[in-house]
Amino acid sequence: MEILSVLLEWGPYLLGGIAITLGLTISALALGFCLGLPLALGQVYGSRPVRSLIAVYVWFFRGLPTLILLFLFYFGVFPALGLDFSAFVIGATVLGLRGAAYQSQIFRAGIQSVAEGQMTAALSLGMTRWEAVQCIIIPQALRISLPGWSNEYPELLTDSAVCYAIGVAELMTRTSQIVSVTYMTMPIYIACALIFIALNYGGMRVIRKAEERFAIPGFGGKAVQP
Amino acid sequence: MDPITFLTQILAPALWKGLIVTVALVVLTAPFGLLLGTGLALGRQYGGRALSTACSGYIVFFKGCPLLLLLFILYFGLPSLGLTLPAFTAAVIGFILCNAAYNSEYIQGAVASIKDGQMTAAQALGMTRAQAIKSIILPQAMRRAIPGLSNEFIYLIKYSSLAYMITVVELTGAAKIAATRYFMFNESFFAVGIVYLALVTLTTYAVGRLEQRVAIPGMGVKT
Repeated sequence: MEILSVLLEWGPYLLGGIAITLGLTISALALGFCLGLPLALGQVYGSRPVRSLIAVYVWFFRGLPTLILLFLFYFGVFPALGLDFSAFVIGATVLGLRGAAYQSQIFRAGIQSVAEGQMTAALSLGMTRWEAVQCIIIPQALRISLPGWSNEYPELLTDSAVCYAIGVAELMTRTSQIVSVTYMTMPIYIACALIFIALNYGGMRVIRKAEERFAIPGFGGKAVQP
Repeated sequence: MDPITFLTQILAPALWKGLIVTVALVVLTAPFGLLLGTGLALGRQYGGRALSTACSGYIVFFKGCPLLLLLFILYFGLPSLGLTLPAFTAAVIGFILCNAAYNSEYIQGAVASIKDGQMTAAQALGMTRAQAIKSIILPQAMRRAIPGLSNEFIYLIKYSSLAYMITVVELTGAAKIAATRYFMFNESFFAVGIVYLALVTLTTYAVGRLEQRVAIPGMGVKT
């Protein structure tokens, strides 16, 4: 089979692409988490101007296509600021900023689903508001948000392929490079699709395992899978 | 060229042409995506083992495969098998295939949420299974699926931008071409961003209205 020898020959190159795709996905997830949680807290507990600012942020990043955001930051914002970052950094940043907007809504729902009485109880025990948020609300809210949050992984994974447009050497880019060198189209595209699907479902298995680990028995952290 | 002239003389007419193509992409995709999605959901819910496995397989493939790759397969891959599609057609087919996979998840969830007793009651009244699905189950399920489906519709508006990657000059393409030719990246992409935001915001408002319009008082459509 010709395809097998081609895949063997280009295997290491594709593996590198897988690493970059996963790198993009994981750094975007992490950035989205680090930014999304404060955004959610600001949207629930912040003052009115803070809340409206965050609402605008979320509206902007959720309303624009990934491709437009990538073009905007790669050709526009970063060069205008005089920042000369690699395409990978820009791709991960854009996916992360966008992910933060989505994640903030997941965390906000989680925070709001913790019963209000818990805040009152914490305050009456002499905790400050911040202590209560940190030690009482967040640990529960994060567990409640986990199932929704896990769905960000396949979203970001498939979205990361769009970074092809700014030339990040991830799986999609490398696939089309191999296609243009070997002139084999369909088998290589299908192989790439199967790799993406394997990454998708393999990753989800790992995440579901993690969900089980973080679950507190009897605490309804496991929500219905969509 | 100063930015004002660029925006009014060059970019605005280009974006207008692009907007028409984007709207055409979305309008041609949505009904077929809904139809195929409904078929997949029903196949998974009511079909025999073979059919429901096939439908699940479809969903696994098209949800797991990045849309960009799917478009490449349709536009650059199919010609090697002797089937050459125009870019616009390839984009619409790709969007339908992807949109249907996501839609079917929402519809299946809604169909499963209709109580089993309704099917039993319909059959007890002498309806066939198909009649019961068509006249009893789907009218209720579709209403419950509206929030998810409208979300997916908004996603469709956004991912229609990927058509540019297979040479369809829609909104994103129009902006990119103008930006590259006149070296006005920030202006072009902010302008096209505003168009997308307007499209998405208007659609969000419109589907909210639709949801209210088709709501049946007391059926708990509003979550």
